[in-house]
Amino acid sequence: MVKRYAVLWLPFLLTDWYTKHNPQLADIPVVFAMPVRGRMCVTAVNPSAAQYGVTPNMVVADARAAIPQLEVLQDKPLRKERLLKSMGLWCMRYTPMVSVDTAGYLILDITGCAHLWGGEETYLQEIHLQLKQRGYEVRIGIASTIGAAWAIARYGQHGTIIRDNAQQEILSIMPIACLRLESDLLERLKKLGFRTVASVMQIPPQVLKRRFGEDLIKRVRQALGKEEEFIAPLKPVIPYAERLPCLEPIKTAKGIEMAIEKLLDMLCKRLIGEGKGLRKAKLSCYRVDGKVKYIEIGTNRASAHVKHLAGLFKQKIPTIAPGWGIEVFVLEAPKVEDAVPVQELLWSGEGSLDNDALAELLDRFKGRDVTCRINRFLPDEHYWPERSIKLAGCLTEKRTTAWRTDRPRPTRLLDPPHPIEVSAPIPDYPPMLFRYKEKVHLIKKADGPERIEREWWIEQGEHRDYYYVEDDKGRRYWLFRLGHYQGDRSSNWYLHGFFA
Amino acid sequence: MSASVEKSMLIADLQHQILQWQGFKQIEKKDYDVGLGELEKAFPGHVFPVGTLHEFMSENNEEDAASSGFIAALLSFLIQKGGVGLWISSSSQLFAPSIKLFGVDPDRIIFVQMEKHKDILWALEEGLKCEGIRVVIAEVQDIDFVQSRRLQLAVEKSKVTGFVLRLKPRFLGTTICAARWHIRSLPSHVQGDMPGVGFPEWEVELLKVRNGSPSRWQVGWRQNQLQAKRLTLSSDPIYHAKRKVG
Repeated sequence: MVKRYAVLWLPFLLTDWYTKHNPQLADIPVVFAMPVRGRMCVTAVNPSAAQYGVTPNMVVADARAAIPQLEVLQDKPLRKERLLKSMGLWCMRYTPMVSVDTAGYLILDITGCAHLWGGEETYLQEIHLQLKQRGYEVRIGIASTIGAAWAIARYGQHGTIIRDNAQQEILSIMPIACLRLESDLLERLKKLGFRTVASVMQIPPQVLKRRFGEDLIKRVRQALGKEEEFIAPLKPVIPYAERLPCLEPIKTAKGIEMAIEKLLDMLCKRLIGEGKGLRKAKLSCYRVDGKVKYIEIGTNRASAHVKHLAGLFKQKIPTIAPGWGIEVFVLEAPKVEDAVPVQELLWSGEGSLDNDALAELLDRFKGRDVTCRINRFLPDEHYWPERSIKLAGCLTEKRTTAWRTDRPRPTRLLDPPHPIEVSAPIPDYPPMLFRYKEKVHLIKKADGPERIEREWWIEQGEHRDYYYVEDDKGRRYWLFRLGHYQGDRSSNWYLHGFFA
Repeated sequence: MSASVEKSMLIADLQHQILQWQGFKQIEKKDYDVGLGELEKAFPGHVFPVGTLHEFMSENNEEDAASSGFIAALLSFLIQKGGVGLWISSSSQLFAPSIKLFGVDPDRIIFVQMEKHKDILWALEEGLKCEGIRVVIAEVQDIDFVQSRRLQLAVEKSKVTGFVLRLKPRFLGTTICAARWHIRSLPSHVQGDMPGVGFPEWEVELLKVRNGSPSRWQVGWRQNQLQAKRLTLSSDPIYHAKRKVG
């Protein structure tokens, strides 16, 4: 998947935050200042101060000279960083991967997130609108690399979205400063006449490296997506895994059982807290001799029930060969789903398919015999008997159509149908007798034919003409003839099922 | 006249006492109605025993179908007030939509298909222990006394009803099941001289019944109801002849 990043630049973060709480300062020039090497230096400005040319890192005395009515507020160390971090946490609603740049930018890894807001344009507008309503000025750029998105946010037009593989042409006309370079390096490049990124890209990399060092090349390559750049997320995504080191190597089944219970306790506590349940879990046992043994369990629906999960693992414990002992247990949950909150049923009527005891029972079946098939059938809108039922996706899936009872259907169906020999003298009449497994059955009563066509959009072939017949001993069968009656050659007849 | 009534009451009372000495607890008529009518008279206290094991003998495919149909008819009464059934088998022969004809919603039955006989028995036992289930049906070939006793212990606690459908049994040992049935198809019921195949009709034979009396009926499924007519006990049923020791 192509990576997509959004970079948020909040040019007036500190002053916007301040004016939000002190609205009377909205229209007058305000700066924040902090002593740096014995002088008061500007650390943040608001839009109206910026109009007069006041910029951060300016000495307050100079700023006052430019704007006599300037409001100077005392800044605190780390205030901006703290504010930025809280903004980053707020942005977690748009993507789980948010990182804070030390220079005061928010980097959002929006890979696979934007479509939830209906595309990148609306995604971008949504963030912009939400921040604006909260009183923050923001510039956003979206691109496939962090470098390109940063360049757009900082130096480009607000709201530009660079499509994948279009970084090169857009960046080439941008100023050299958009490459996130050190200020002295930038100064040197400017002195030598490099104004745009294109002018740097024309020079062979070896030459650039010799003159300006590794950093410039790296930044260019990162912006163009030729070199990967990583971000440190504010809140790292913790995998659902727990680890249990043992003081003494464990060899007994009881010991392993206790270890599993302890691990499940820890994992399920977290799962319950997040409203989730596990569908698959894997236990890795690291043995003293360096070998690793695995056991896996699966559940039919998301579960965080320690006792049940421990029971599932217990079925598999005999397959672990502990050797000289196991020193570390690691329990991972590779598949986790949202769990339905446990709710006590006041009465159990129709919905009793939705009980935990049943789901846990089926898990145990699957745990004992992996090849066992647990099916629940729902009606499907097909006449073709084999396709008239479909497998339900889950235990609580509701049927969308009613079960049909207007046609006779056999209690037991042969799959595939069994070929039989019949004697049927008159076309479109049920046979007089048929031979199945060396026995001749004389037909006394019959219903039919019921013609069922093969669905041509699913498969090709001949239709079936079904007859519901009863023989002289009262046994009932479902026979069919494949295709039309042909006088010149015998038709293919099959036995498809037995009626009750 | 009053003497005969008195006599029959005395006999009923004595029978009740015998049952109690045998450790048989009197079953109350519960909220379910099995709707068996005539058939229930064969059971102790004239109540179809639920929360226990029933065994169905089947010799061939046709009898499998007849037994499945009869079980489905029983099932419709057992889960009419809600509840889930479990049908464990080694094949996928049972055609789910057909049990709707006997009044059971097929989507309330969970079909489990397992290869090994041992696994099916284990699953049956686990299912019978599970209180989230109303009925468990298992298709097996053979079940011996010890295995059936394990199952009986499980149902005594959970009150789940178990139906064991024995397909082509090799031997007929004693089991602890409350009843042993044998169901065969009979010519269908047709009103008058109407053409075609009519309502299904079976010959239902209760070969063994704990504390009850074995009987034989002609049972039909008409208008979502079982209609039974008592027949005389057959002189030569195959299951009386085939009985072997062990």
